[in-house]
Amino acid sequence: MGALLEIDNLQTHFFTSGGTVKAVDGVSYDVNAGETVAVVGESGSGKSVTALSILRLIPKPPGEIVGGEIRFQGKNLAFCTEDEIREIRGRDISMIFQEPMTSLNPVLSIGMQLTEPMMAHMQMSEAEARERAVKLLELVGINEPRRRIDQFPHHLSGGMRQRVMIAMSLACEPKLIIADEPTTALDVTIQAQILELMKNLTREMNVAMIIITHNLGVVARYADRVNVMYAGRIVETGKASDIYHRPRHPYTLALLKSVPRMDRPRQAKLDPVEGQPPDLTRLDGGCSFRPRCKFAIDKCAESYPPLEEMGEQHFSACFRSKESLAEIEL
Amino acid sequence: MSEAQATVSKDHGAQFRGTVSDEILVTVKGLKMHFPITEGVIIPRKIADVKAVDGLDFYIRKGETLGLVGESGCGKTTTGRCILRLEDPTAGEIMYDGKDICQLDNKDLVDVRKKIQVIFQDPYSSLNPRMKIGEIIGEPLKVHGIIPDEAKRRERIGYLLGRCGLHPDFADRYPHEMSGGQRQRVGIARALAMEPEFIICDEAVSALDVSIQAQVINLLEELREEFNLTYLFISHDLSVVRHICHRVAVMYLGHMVELSDCDELFDHPLHPYSQALLNAVPIPDPDLEKTREHTIIKGEIPSPINPPPGCVFHPRCPLAVDSCKKNIPDFREVRKGHWVACTEV
Repeated sequence: MGALLEIDNLQTHFFTSGGTVKAVDGVSYDVNAGETVAVVGESGSGKSVTALSILRLIPKPPGEIVGGEIRFQGKNLAFCTEDEIREIRGRDISMIFQEPMTSLNPVLSIGMQLTEPMMAHMQMSEAEARERAVKLLELVGINEPRRRIDQFPHHLSGGMRQRVMIAMSLACEPKLIIADEPTTALDVTIQAQILELMKNLTREMNVAMIIITHNLGVVARYADRVNVMYAGRIVETGKASDIYHRPRHPYTLALLKSVPRMDRPRQAKLDPVEGQPPDLTRLDGGCSFRPRCKFAIDKCAESYPPLEEMGEQHFSACFRSKESLAEIEL
Repeated sequence: MSEAQATVSKDHGAQFRGTVSDEILVTVKGLKMHFPITEGVIIPRKIADVKAVDGLDFYIRKGETLGLVGESGCGKTTTGRCILRLEDPTAGEIMYDGKDICQLDNKDLVDVRKKIQVIFQDPYSSLNPRMKIGEIIGEPLKVHGIIPDEAKRRERIGYLLGRCGLHPDFADRYPHEMSGGQRQRVGIARALAMEPEFIICDEAVSALDVSIQAQVINLLEELREEFNLTYLFISHDLSVVRHICHRVAVMYLGHMVELSDCDELFDHPLHPYSQALLNAVPIPDPDLEKTREHTIIKGEIPSPINPPPGCVFHPRCPLAVDSCKKNIPDFREVRKGHWVACTEV
């Protein structure tokens, strides 16, 4: 059986007055049914643009998917018609956005927003949809769902709004949920509640999830597999334990070494990645991490290193990955 | 890693550099900050108070970094603003160098403000977009008449930029021409311009990407050592706090619930809220996370307009007993230097 979602050499570029921004420049990854895959990276690494490309939510102009394929259950979403993608969006693939404050419509009641996709995709009557909406609100842990359903987003706290977003994303029994920084705007105790809820619900319903985040802790707690992105490309991919304990790419290694750990006493000064992320309009043919990399050699300037197999399901895009880069205790 | 590098990192080892003296720089006693909520336009009546900060006692030693942690709305930022006297506290005193900041008149306040500086969270909104970087950093030097000569001032601005890891040419740029990390370095250079003793870092690294965040954390530490600074480090990021702070205070709904040495607090938290908070933070280690027990506290933070009676944490607390609903627990010292506001530990 093939994967639920296969992204193959996706390229999404933005054509701006300052030049072409290659936000996503040849990204490939798979998501199997029921599994949780994380995409980690810093701002501008292209992790959100990849996710938005899957649902074809890239504003055009200036953005455009210029190449590659996104196969969902065998269908190429990258170049299907708008009507075809509308069938899938919100039904088979749904999305949870970062900002629970701005991603709900402030002038529609919670009930209206929850029932709309069910009436559109599942041919439910208004009464049926409302009944299911109440059940969904209960499922995501909202007290008094029958009262809450007629309230508006401004009546709810940030944590509750994110619960409503989760209820909306589950409304049409999707096969895949894309969660873009779902808890970044929330406090830690609320973040733990929301992530635990998402984990339990996706397990119970066997929904696959792509979780996009910059928080390495969240990834460690919830993801089965991890893709690390830098400057529009995946630099390393593998099972979570391989990525965290046996990183092979210098960027992954540097990233792990630059976060302080809460569970152990201060060891030493942090070892940050020096310099700034590259300007995506001015990428040359070489490895884009080269200017900040401690391990860079002449060869890195000549061509972009391909993803090479390092172990079972473990790939790294670095010419020097096979040398023992990471014999450092993490 | 080569041998030479290994020695360097050992040198930078577990110990902090710079000295923490026994001398106390700031003492806060019984600090309260209530914001009134009014009703009516023509004759406003007070109908309630937002009890943002409701009785804090702590001190900060010279040369140390005190962490102030807690979730949104717990009053950590308000505490910082009171020390800067950007708010007029409702009650309590803030002693700085033997003077009560709350009682100073404007003239004396100007002198104190030269010594206390602040670095804000958002590097996008805390720099004036219409001013050049050089003007932003140089303004306090001009206003306070410290370096009236323009050429000398430019020299000092260049030095400050260089010290914060930016090229002196940045002085002629505008904030929008810079990245978030660079702007935060400008914020730090501006705070340093007055040669302060004490800097309040209000979520100073929270908005930055991890690789840039680590650079700025290291810069803050170097500056503390070099200029013998004292920091009040306000943050919700517990991993960063463990790394950078000597002592840590945990706040919840306007109250301080626990205060102790950094490692003591992270390894042996006593207050149930501190325990819950530490437990909620995911650790970047998948193997460890699999075996770690996740006890997640229920419910949300109550409103500070109408906080629960007695211990403010009791509605969410796993240890709560009947008396917690009535009596406000004392902030007591259970071990040397380890303070906690809970009767059940």
